[in-house]
Amino acid sequence: MKKEIANWGNYPVMQSDERNFTQLEDIRQFLPQAGPFIPRGNGRCYGDASLAGTTINTTRFDKILSFDTSNGILECQSGITLDQVLEVIVPKGWFLPVTPGTKFITIGGAVASDVHGKNHHVDGCFSHHVEEMDLLLADGALITCGPSLHTDLFEATCGGMGLTGLITRVRFRLKKVETSYIRQKQVKAANLEEIISLFEKYKDYTYSVAWIDCLKKGKGFGRSILILGEHATISDLSPKQKDQPLQLPKKKQITFPFNLPSWILNSFTVKAFNFLYYGKNFKKEINNTVSYEPFFYPLDAILHWNRGYGKKGFIQYQFVVPMEAKQGLIEILQRISDKGLGSFLAVLKVFGKQESLIGFPMEGYTLALDIPVRKGLFETLDELDRIVLQYGGRLYMSKDARMKPEVLRAGYQHLPQFLSIVRKYNPDGKIRSVQSDRLTLTNIKLEKLQNT
Amino acid sequence: MPTVLILGASSDMAIAIARKYAGAGYTIQLAARNAERLQPLRSDLSIRHNAPATLHEFDAEKPTTHEAFWTSLNPRPDITICVFGYLGEQKKAETDWQECARTIQVNYTGAVSILNIVANAYASTGTGTIAAISSVAGERGRQSNYIYGSAKAGFTAYLSGLRNRLFHQKVHVVSIQPGFVYTKMTENMPLPGLLTAHPADVANTVYKAIDKKKNVVYVKWFWRWIMLIIKSIPEPIFKKLKM
Repeated sequence: MKKEIANWGNYPVMQSDERNFTQLEDIRQFLPQAGPFIPRGNGRCYGDASLAGTTINTTRFDKILSFDTSNGILECQSGITLDQVLEVIVPKGWFLPVTPGTKFITIGGAVASDVHGKNHHVDGCFSHHVEEMDLLLADGALITCGPSLHTDLFEATCGGMGLTGLITRVRFRLKKVETSYIRQKQVKAANLEEIISLFEKYKDYTYSVAWIDCLKKGKGFGRSILILGEHATISDLSPKQKDQPLQLPKKKQITFPFNLPSWILNSFTVKAFNFLYYGKNFKKEINNTVSYEPFFYPLDAILHWNRGYGKKGFIQYQFVVPMEAKQGLIEILQRISDKGLGSFLAVLKVFGKQESLIGFPMEGYTLALDIPVRKGLFETLDELDRIVLQYGGRLYMSKDARMKPEVLRAGYQHLPQFLSIVRKYNPDGKIRSVQSDRLTLTNIKLEKLQNT
Repeated sequence: MPTVLILGASSDMAIAIARKYAGAGYTIQLAARNAERLQPLRSDLSIRHNAPATLHEFDAEKPTTHEAFWTSLNPRPDITICVFGYLGEQKKAETDWQECARTIQVNYTGAVSILNIVANAYASTGTGTIAAISSVAGERGRQSNYIYGSAKAGFTAYLSGLRNRLFHQKVHVVSIQPGFVYTKMTENMPLPGLLTAHPADVANTVYKAIDKKKNVVYVKWFWRWIMLIIKSIPEPIFKKLKM
């Protein structure tokens, strides 16, 4: 049955025939006779990556298959969400090896987007911790792959946006923790120079990320709050916290009830928000011990917060530029500030080294900001894309709804190799999304691509 | 630890019910046609909820096997929840006897066959609870699904009679009328969001209804009133409607 679906940015919105399954056999029989489709998890990527006329939704395929509590290895079906995983593993003293800023994504989605977290410079992407997984190919064949088994398929699936097949089972390693708390340090930086040197100074911290004010000009250009964290040990806890060191955070959620009118977000309100947000930390440095929930998932406390950007939706623009391209970061930030594109949530992070076929991160600076969709936005973003490419950077496909195919090609050096693996396992291009068609990944002949 | 038997354990509603009872500390007996396929659910229940679960082959369409199935259960379940059902295709069932017979067999004959056995066992000891998923489709026959509806109507009447009989033996019977639910069975139907429940809603309703010894429950309260209105339309008008 057709229904209206969109990803987290609420742009674009489309009609899709969505199919659910709970039994592997059911979906296995369905695939060979299905038309073009794309696998879909909880719809928490931002743009058009998991959208298509037919989508196969994995969220009912959510069983935990095994949990080795002494070695920290979890095996599950692909549709389970991170929040369900956390509820099971945290009380046993384990944590996700890598987590993005929301716990409402599926494990299959974590692999398909090869998500990164605040610990990328230490622990790499999610796929770095995957031991093996099963993939259902378009013809219904089930293949197990991993770092040393069908390696080509494994590499093209991690960050491959679902184009190689439907991920059905994932086995991955967890991280041992003594408590469910995070020892957090927040340090204010008066400008961009300072935040960059703070990242360097605190690079040994496992978790680091900065909130950055994109609209501030002049002396305070790039003022930020660096947020650092380590998993707390029992000795870090208060006597009350020590009673139940592995306690799960209480579920406190409020719902954003409706779409805000889009005019509410303007450079004045954003400036006011940024002023308050920066000002709320009176001291230069704050140290405290908090539950993992507010540290990793501050926005998950507000269900449907994406409605705050209005009915037209928003774009999350996320790029990375190499370490030596600091000037590029400055140029882009200046452009953002001049155009008044600043959003409530601009996030700056330093990625560590990464070698992967199609994954987004590379060693360097990544900036992500949310911008409501409005007239002229895409032209402005095209200009930003040019600067990103000029400095050797690239854009994150999981956030993308609008980049041009040539921007993708210029940013991802291994794209032809990735595409030849996609062609090998998905020869008829039956697995395809609005995004993969837009980026001409699934509707162009390989030879043509290699010639360009 | 009390035990609950779930008949037709591979459906979306059954999975939600199994999780609800596992979370409440029950031992779960999962019964379905292809028990091997329930292996992932079994591991899930034991890892997430630390709940022991066992798998049992059960086929609603083979009544002759039901007695042996029931006696093989150890321990005897304290609660039996009958979840299986078959929507079928109305248009096909109108001309294809196999489809029609299957709809009747699964939703009525098969359910009656197993519940007779369960009821007699519970009656003999004066303990136990039976809950069964019927359907609002059974409250008035409509052209769009009257084969399924009439089988469920029979089942609803059966449950009401069974409740009456077993009351005197201190055995409680709950009828659940879900209305629309987002499941595999309804995947190709356009469902009105406000009127449609999720499998987890059904599970909560079942759990509460059994706990509070309710008789007939609707998953979303307004379905009781919607059906009341539908039932009160005079037949001369009703027959002209396209429902």
